[in-house]
Amino acid sequence: MQTLQKQPHPVRRTAVAARGWRLPRHRGGVIIAVLLLGIVTLLSIVIGSVAIPPEIAFKILLSHIPGIAIIPDWPASFERILLDIRLPRVALVAITGATLACSGAAYQGLFRNPLADPYLIGVASGAGLGAILAAAIRTTTPDVPLLIIPFGAFIGAVATVATVYTLGRIGGVTPITTLLLAGVAIGTLTSAASTFILLRLSSQTARILAFLLGGYATGGWEPVLTVVPFALVGFVTLVVCARPLNLILFDEFQARQLGIDVERLKLLVIIAATLMTAAAVAFSGLVGFAGLIVPHTIRLLVGADHRRLLPLAALGGATFLLLADLLARTLIAPAELPLGVVTAAVGAPFFLYLLRRAKGASFF
Amino acid sequence: MPLLTIEQLTASYPGRVAIRSLTLSAQPGEVIGLIGPNGSGKTSPLRAISGAIRPTAGRMFLGDLDLIQATAAARARLVASVPQGGRLPEGFTVGEVVLMGRTPHLAPLSGEQPHDYSIAEQAMRATAVSDLTIRRIGELSGGEQQRVLIARALAQEPHVLLLDEATAHLDLHHQTAIMRLIRSLARQGLIVIAALHDLNLAAIYADRLALLHQGELLAFDRPAAVLTPGLLRAAYAVEAVITSHPLYGTPLVALVDAALPD
Repeated sequence: MQTLQKQPHPVRRTAVAARGWRLPRHRGGVIIAVLLLGIVTLLSIVIGSVAIPPEIAFKILLSHIPGIAIIPDWPASFERILLDIRLPRVALVAITGATLACSGAAYQGLFRNPLADPYLIGVASGAGLGAILAAAIRTTTPDVPLLIIPFGAFIGAVATVATVYTLGRIGGVTPITTLLLAGVAIGTLTSAASTFILLRLSSQTARILAFLLGGYATGGWEPVLTVVPFALVGFVTLVVCARPLNLILFDEFQARQLGIDVERLKLLVIIAATLMTAAAVAFSGLVGFAGLIVPHTIRLLVGADHRRLLPLAALGGATFLLLADLLARTLIAPAELPLGVVTAAVGAPFFLYLLRRAKGASFF
Repeated sequence: MPLLTIEQLTASYPGRVAIRSLTLSAQPGEVIGLIGPNGSGKTSPLRAISGAIRPTAGRMFLGDLDLIQATAAARARLVASVPQGGRLPEGFTVGEVVLMGRTPHLAPLSGEQPHDYSIAEQAMRATAVSDLTIRRIGELSGGEQQRVLIARALAQEPHVLLLDEATAHLDLHHQTAIMRLIRSLARQGLIVIAALHDLNLAAIYADRLALLHQGELLAFDRPAAVLTPGLLRAAYAVEAVITSHPLYGTPLVALVDAALPD
């Protein structure tokens, strides 16, 4: 009888160990992640209160590509549902998931803290407060453009980060501990302010509360187009900072020894991650867990190198949130669950499972 | 190969002076040992050269490059530093860590080229960690981790190598191995500046010793001229008898405590 070979611990098999030294950077992970995202996107488009057969969904999409002429043999309502309701929602959910996961990965790396995410340094709460204020203004004066919400979120997030950064800065440097502590304090304060405003605006509370728990109003393409630039600028900046982020995982002294301008890096990463958080919070509310568990999951799969981690976290975050949104829409249909409830219900147990499995393996 | 010259350098930590009017020089191939009691500022010259603390006065040049004005990246291409007790993210493999030494030579978005891998492999061979290439750094022993950090520094292709208590917490065997490695690196033309705790190791392996006390340079000379009863008393407030090493003739420090019976 053949003896059972001891399997290597799954977490210990990093990408490098698996592919060997010097082989080209593996693309397998990205391909799998793109495929998964594609499948989930397709599911999200065809599943809903009105089921649209996949082949018709395909034909509708194809017919809108210039140069392809397909004679419409489907109900006009399908086209409207697909193009004006499902697709923009899918896009918004995907962007939210991608930005939260990506900024979470960046914050965790920068702060060398596995618990860091947009919530811990108060950015998300600040963005939420800004968005709530903007939404409150908009409910009283409806002719204000929708753009006010992401701008409110962004201003809230930037104001929070600026406050936290100023409070955490001691003698020209920004120790991570003081930054985190200042973040927790300011985050709590802005959350309290949000609660206070919600109480004062009791007539609109339900609506804004839905926003806080992360529900997607069917806003068409406008919210999507509004947040895309924020998300894109943030993502590109983080990808440029990927290698320095690897070095700062050691410590600031070592990063500087390897030629990194540490203070500039901190500022760049924080601004980029803040832009992304604001983009996510602006129309999706405070969706918990995506920024925390997605980066950790990806790290367990491919290791801590930010050049792999950041793009895969973006893809994984989009996939995760689309799945959560799909569940939120279908579990108690025709009613909808708040997205934040689903991400917490799915995310927490999954995360605990990963933690148990990965006991002893640390990336920080 | 350029000379390292430090003239009248003064630098301070927030609230206290780190080094006062320090003048040092080192030429390629030399191992300079920085010695002195705890808190004497023996690591401060390392921090000043590596840019971790900013001098308030004085000059510091490597060849004709002004090390005080240089950007972090420009300095990192010439000066590499092996930290003591720094943080090590356990998830990275040895190969990945050593390859990070190539950072100052790479543009932000460009990947490592075969050339960079070759240099990293060479550095790992020099420090005898090639066999550990795909091991995670968190799984290694202290001595192995120290060698990996030296390999990362060598991958920077520096002219100056700074070591902060590189042998602290290592056993005798590993201490000797690291010091021997440092010597052989110097022979290849590097300037090595090492803060050392063990005076007898310093006496064997350093070409010149800089004895620091309260941020000031008490002596900078060959070991035999620095390790004298008078200077050791001035710096450490201890009594010592200096003999010579039975094989190499280098000074050997034996401490004397008046409280003990003869």
